[in-house]
Amino acid sequence: MAARRLSSLLTRSLSASRLLSSGRNHCLGSSTSNYSTAAAVEELIAPPVQVSYTQHLINGRFLDAASGRTFPTYDPRTGDVLAHVAEGDAEDIDRAVAAARKAFDEGPWPKMTPYERSKILLRFADLVEKHNDELAALETWNCGKPYEQSARSELPMLARLFRYYAGWADKIHGLTVPADGNHHVQTLHEPIGVAGQIIPWNFPLIMFAWKVGPALACGNTIVLKTAEQTPLTALYAAKLFHEAGLPPGVLNVVSGYGPTAGAALASHMDVDKLAFTGSTETGKVVLELAARSNLKPVTLELGGKSPFIVCEDADVDKAVELAHFALFFNQGQCCCAGSRTYVHERVYDEFVEKAKARALKRSVGDPFKEGIEQGPQIDVEQFEKVLRYIRAGIDGNATLECGGERLGSKGFFVKPTVFSNVQDDMLIANDEIFGPVQSILKFKDLDEVVRRANTTRYGLAAGVFTKSIDVANSLSRALRVGTVWINCFDVFDAAIPFGGYKMSGIGREKGIYSLNNYLQVKAVVMPLKDPAWL
Amino acid sequence: MATRKLLLLSRSSSAHLHSIGRSRGGARGIGTSSSSSAVDELITPPVKISDTQLLIDGKFVDAASGKTFPTLDPRTGDVITHVAEGDVEDVNRAVAAARKAFDWGPWPRMTAYERSCILLRFADLLEKHKDDLAAIETWDNGKPYKQAAESEIPNFIRLMRYYAGWADKIHGLTVPVDGEYHVQTLHEPIGVAGQIIPWNFPLLMLAWKIGPALACGNTVVLKTAELTPLSALYAARLLHEAGLPPGVLNIISGFGPTAGSALCSHMDVDKLAFTGSTQTGRTVLDLAAKSNLKPVTLELGGKSPFIICKDADIDKAVEVAHFALFFNQGQCCNAGSRTFVHESVYNEFVEKAKARAMKRVVGDPFKPGVEQGPQIDTKQFEKIRTYIKSGIESGATLECGGERHGSRGFFIQPTVFSNVQDDMLIAKDEIFGPVQTILKFKDLDEVIRRANKSHYGLAAGVFTQNIDTANTLARALQAGSVWINCYHTFDAAIPFGGYKMSGIGREKGVYGLSNYLQVKAVVSPLKSPAWL
Repeated sequence: MAARRLSSLLTRSLSASRLLSSGRNHCLGSSTSNYSTAAAVEELIAPPVQVSYTQHLINGRFLDAASGRTFPTYDPRTGDVLAHVAEGDAEDIDRAVAAARKAFDEGPWPKMTPYERSKILLRFADLVEKHNDELAALETWNCGKPYEQSARSELPMLARLFRYYAGWADKIHGLTVPADGNHHVQTLHEPIGVAGQIIPWNFPLIMFAWKVGPALACGNTIVLKTAEQTPLTALYAAKLFHEAGLPPGVLNVVSGYGPTAGAALASHMDVDKLAFTGSTETGKVVLELAARSNLKPVTLELGGKSPFIVCEDADVDKAVELAHFALFFNQGQCCCAGSRTYVHERVYDEFVEKAKARALKRSVGDPFKEGIEQGPQIDVEQFEKVLRYIRAGIDGNATLECGGERLGSKGFFVKPTVFSNVQDDMLIANDEIFGPVQSILKFKDLDEVVRRANTTRYGLAAGVFTKSIDVANSLSRALRVGTVWINCFDVFDAAIPFGGYKMSGIGREKGIYSLNNYLQVKAVVMPLKDPAWL
Repeated sequence: MATRKLLLLSRSSSAHLHSIGRSRGGARGIGTSSSSSAVDELITPPVKISDTQLLIDGKFVDAASGKTFPTLDPRTGDVITHVAEGDVEDVNRAVAAARKAFDWGPWPRMTAYERSCILLRFADLLEKHKDDLAAIETWDNGKPYKQAAESEIPNFIRLMRYYAGWADKIHGLTVPVDGEYHVQTLHEPIGVAGQIIPWNFPLLMLAWKIGPALACGNTVVLKTAELTPLSALYAARLLHEAGLPPGVLNIISGFGPTAGSALCSHMDVDKLAFTGSTQTGRTVLDLAAKSNLKPVTLELGGKSPFIICKDADIDKAVEVAHFALFFNQGQCCNAGSRTFVHESVYNEFVEKAKARAMKRVVGDPFKPGVEQGPQIDTKQFEKIRTYIKSGIESGATLECGGERHGSRGFFIQPTVFSNVQDDMLIAKDEIFGPVQTILKFKDLDEVIRRANKSHYGLAAGVFTQNIDTANTLARALQAGSVWINCYHTFDAAIPFGGYKMSGIGREKGVYGLSNYLQVKAVVSPLKSPAWL
């Protein structure tokens, strides 16, 4: 059973049912604001879970903030307060770093065998499976994403990622090194020490796994700051981690805001490594704080404006469905969203018609309701930002094919929105919107689309739809991005590295590449007496 | 013959080891350095300076401003020549050339084997011109000619052959995943690399930087140190003779706050590698963060412990500790600048370390037998003397040296302090000069704690005959290189870099390549796969 759950990749579980239904959904209403698929947002399902953990988790114990302060976290379906959570600030970060420092310098974690560390990660994965439904409900309640997506895709992925990293723990090999003289040379790949990690609100648990998994597998200790919008699931998961046998101080979770807790972590002199996922603007600040404090190495996963290129020979129905998925998945709140849909002029009109029809069919509503594809945006700030971009698209003379407004009268729901006739210099084609707004652009030939796709400060991902192996091969080399999905999109896997070119980030997470973010390399050199070989 | 020349830095320099034991009983009076040779009659360097302009897009050109700056002979402080002074506009021109060479030029599009052949031809040309290069290096930098000619230039050549061998061995991976997908990773060149190198090993630092960048298919804009602009220009000319296309390697002479900072903040530079002080490293990273978030590799300062355990071979430890500190006039980021000696051998060690320092031959670096030339410039010279004064004032025992050597140029007497305490300035700051500081310790746990109590973490030396001690210290010391019963063993294959504030990333070896590669995951669905 476990194996069956684990086999569902994010895209496989989500795209299967949609792919089957594509082609049946043309001929829907075409008036711009007449939204045929909106489900009722008024009668909300009560989340089948209690909020049990709202304090900081420091040195293995749940504690209030040093200041005693709390902040509210919201249900994005309504904007109502869901719980009050301890608000971390510099003093809480200091306490958490001190605990992590002690756990690294003196505690058992880096000194136990990798096999023992690996078993704790495996036990954690088992506990995640056991608590799958509560964690999924909490994730949906706090983040607004469809429960089906949380329960059947993201939680299994969380367990899968920890089993993946559990397998790495006892496979961190150094090298022996051939040198030019009578020397025995080896490299030790050592844990780097205390890792500071700052995660975003769009995939709270998956981001937790991307960060915590490799850091723990490599023997580091952690202070993790969650996003202030979604503090709940990481606390729950960290609690389970301690049940699985994690020693106190190894994983500390602090809830709080970027300018206070986040900045304290990024500038802390006792933090040896920093990993951040979030916006490019904040990424810059994080790197500056690291530069001004102790020069801790920084991994950044930042924004994107990823091209999705539909070539003239592409299977248009499939391309429409995946382009839709590439943009609208997770309410459009993905750093790698396929947010510039480039369509070859020969199939452009057909594509726009079908993309609009597909968007109109998208079911938006209470994410706890079965069959719902799209929940609310995370908060009022994002909600208003998305609506502002939609106005900019209209003012910039892109053609609004559908959507363009809020849905319902409460919470942060936005109608699936499609713009056609988008030009490269429009704001909506340049900025990261981070919402359910698809921008469709027309192109003529490959050289042109490569140039236009690469004319951006971002370089996170790209989608390519074509049947031609030559086109696929030339685009996959020419596109300046960290991930190229050919005839697919958003295929995530523990083993596939993820990260950005240009201002989309520094470094790679996941796969074998992620390990060296959490390892120092030490060369150890000794003279050899009468060596039998060199 | 070539193989004989490819000596390790430490192997050729450790000829000192043989002379040990004959060196006791030297003069004891402070300030009388018995080994000083005359600095007054200088040997004329056997080379002409031909390359002083900026090298942009395959051509030597003047600075846009027409300005030049003098580069000095550290033996005298006299001007060797005037060199074009690069500034923002020159960096812009160089980056534009490198951008064009990367985006449109043949370099990333030729086969890896062709790139490799150009690097190999370059290595051959370096061998042909090695005496000229060594003479320029010594003239501009002040390091002993023998060290330049017999160790550094051969090492430069060896590094280029090493990276030539990597060019056609940059493999991506195929990746096993949980579904019916074919996944591969492409390891692509990152684009235009900005590189800033220091003045202490101008040619070796050039090799560490351009070797992996070029092998991986990148193009380069390199800024040399304003104190040593000459040898890189000569070498870059040879690289073009070897067939390097124009624009692939551009060299800018100039200063940090102008040319250097323009390179760091440039929006069209995809990667930055810097070697220099921790303070400047911070600025470099800050500029990268404020501009386009280019990934940065930093090789910075150090205050590396050299630990002599009670069971060590003392004579050998004295010699290697001497070498660890005094090599290259003490101007090494990884200098063994905190000599921790076990109390049971401390007195003997101090006596012998002092005797060895007093025997050190200081003088005109072109003269055979000279071990130590001048410091690089008056600023470093004055800084070192300030640290020596601070050592005396804080109560450390000055065993020998402590003053300038001769009356002109930037020569300093080999200086040894004993009874140094951890909280003294000379035990904490990077002095970057010929000043050895000897500290006493009692047990291993204590010395580990003290050795690690530094914001640096570049290297460490360990002298012991005991395998358990060696293994314990090798893991416990927070340093990027641990040399056991040896020091300064550099090799193209051995990674080098720092923990903590000594830097970010590793250069050389297989690890050096990832600094100049982007990883791209390429994913496509599989139809009816035969296996997964």
